[in-house]
Amino acid sequence: MRKIIPCGFHCIKFVDLGVSFGDQKVLEGINLHVHCGQMTAIVGRNGAGKSTLVRAILGEVPYTGEIQFKNKMNNNMPSLKIGYVPQTVNIDRSTPLSVYDLFQSFTGKLPILFNSKKEHEHVREALAEFDVAELIDQPVGTLSGGQLQRVLLAMAVHDTPNLLLLDEPVSGIDKNGMDAFYEKMKYLKETHDLAIILVSHDLDYVYKYADNVILIDKTVAAAGRPKLVYETDAFKNVFGKGAAGNV
Amino acid sequence: MFSYAFMVRATIAILLISPLFGMVGTMIVQKRMAYFSDALGHSALTGIAAGVIMGIANTTVSMIIFGICFALLLNYISRKGLSSSDTLISVFASCATALGLAILSRGGSFSNYSAILVGDILSITVTEIIQLVILFAVIFIFWYISINRLTAISIHATLAKSRSISVRVMEDAFAVLIALLVMLSIKWVGILLINALLILPAASSRNISENFREYTYFSMIFSIFSGVAGLFVSYFTDMATGPMIVIIASVIYFATYIYGKDR
Repeated sequence: MRKIIPCGFHCIKFVDLGVSFGDQKVLEGINLHVHCGQMTAIVGRNGAGKSTLVRAILGEVPYTGEIQFKNKMNNNMPSLKIGYVPQTVNIDRSTPLSVYDLFQSFTGKLPILFNSKKEHEHVREALAEFDVAELIDQPVGTLSGGQLQRVLLAMAVHDTPNLLLLDEPVSGIDKNGMDAFYEKMKYLKETHDLAIILVSHDLDYVYKYADNVILIDKTVAAAGRPKLVYETDAFKNVFGKGAAGNV
Repeated sequence: MFSYAFMVRATIAILLISPLFGMVGTMIVQKRMAYFSDALGHSALTGIAAGVIMGIANTTVSMIIFGICFALLLNYISRKGLSSSDTLISVFASCATALGLAILSRGGSFSNYSAILVGDILSITVTEIIQLVILFAVIFIFWYISINRLTAISIHATLAKSRSISVRVMEDAFAVLIALLVMLSIKWVGILLINALLILPAASSRNISENFREYTYFSMIFSIFSGVAGLFVSYFTDMATGPMIVIIASVIYFATYIYGKDR
């Protein structure tokens, strides 16, 4: 994909976003600005509404309020293009799909009943950006958690989204994999014109890599630079006093 | 053997139906819809019964209309997610089958319809073969246009949606397509065996395939081979064609299972 230095002026605004299931309010009064060229981490305890927020952004659940996509003059931009990376995908070992098939089924026009040199090369290039080009003909069922995630990332950024939305995987990735993942995020936000929203479970990595942290607890309980958020009472209430001790 | 016109017609019919079964079956297995297609097959009885009640002479028409409605209803209910979908599908399938059997057995006349249970490919007419040619074209075009999106949905529906794939439209279109294939071929293969023909070639292919092209083409080859071999064996042994096809398809399944396990 094309590499652009982020302009820093595009902005995704959440205005008074709320989600209810029946009578139960899961999220309310979410007001946020997310800028391109920045990584925003969403943290919170289980059940705080993190995944619901992701689903609302994706349009999976109905929400009240607005999600706006603005340029620097505060004018509305054409529709927001989201690159999404789910936490896991349902692939069992017997799935008869190669990495090429997976990539092409989501992004390509040529039916996966056929294989052309040109398309194959195109997919290989996209995978190469995430150092997984050599996996192209491997069955997806045999990939490790980290490898699969890189393939999904390559798919997500393949057609230059404005927003990269990620659910951090909780299983199948070791420490080296996590380091590599966050380094890649850093590289992406520095070289591509996109904003990153990451739902994370690892406070140490968030502290080290995120530009902004949003603590969700039904609403925005705290937001700002990691250092500031980690010192708030709201944060200490949710994660305990020692949670940010080693950062 | 080909000196009999009915054998020529049956062979042509098999060569038209079997690649479709092999191809559509791959996605039924991939999307774990075996229950769904089985239920559709059983609902053919209800479709015939509805035709008989409404006085429609051509029961194929009433079967197709009923099949499409039934398929869309099953999709609608599964989406509501009130109960696990295999349970719901079983409930609706049993209900539809019972209704069909009850109506068709009125006045002790079910024996008139019992041929539909095992099917009879030797009785196919030229007009009906032309119907199959049209079906063949429709399904191949649909497959060419939709296979990437169907595959994407089978892997992760939300991810597919985030790439502006209309999940609902695709799922409904696929359900209608299965209904068409099942209803237009059920007279030739029979209610009891139709699901075996949809599932076995794809399941066999899955045992040995590492990418989607192998999956699709092996499935079609297995399906065509079982179909043609089944027809010829049944001719020489004087046994029903449908069961013979399924027996051969099952043997292929076990062979690929053993072969695939050692990989």
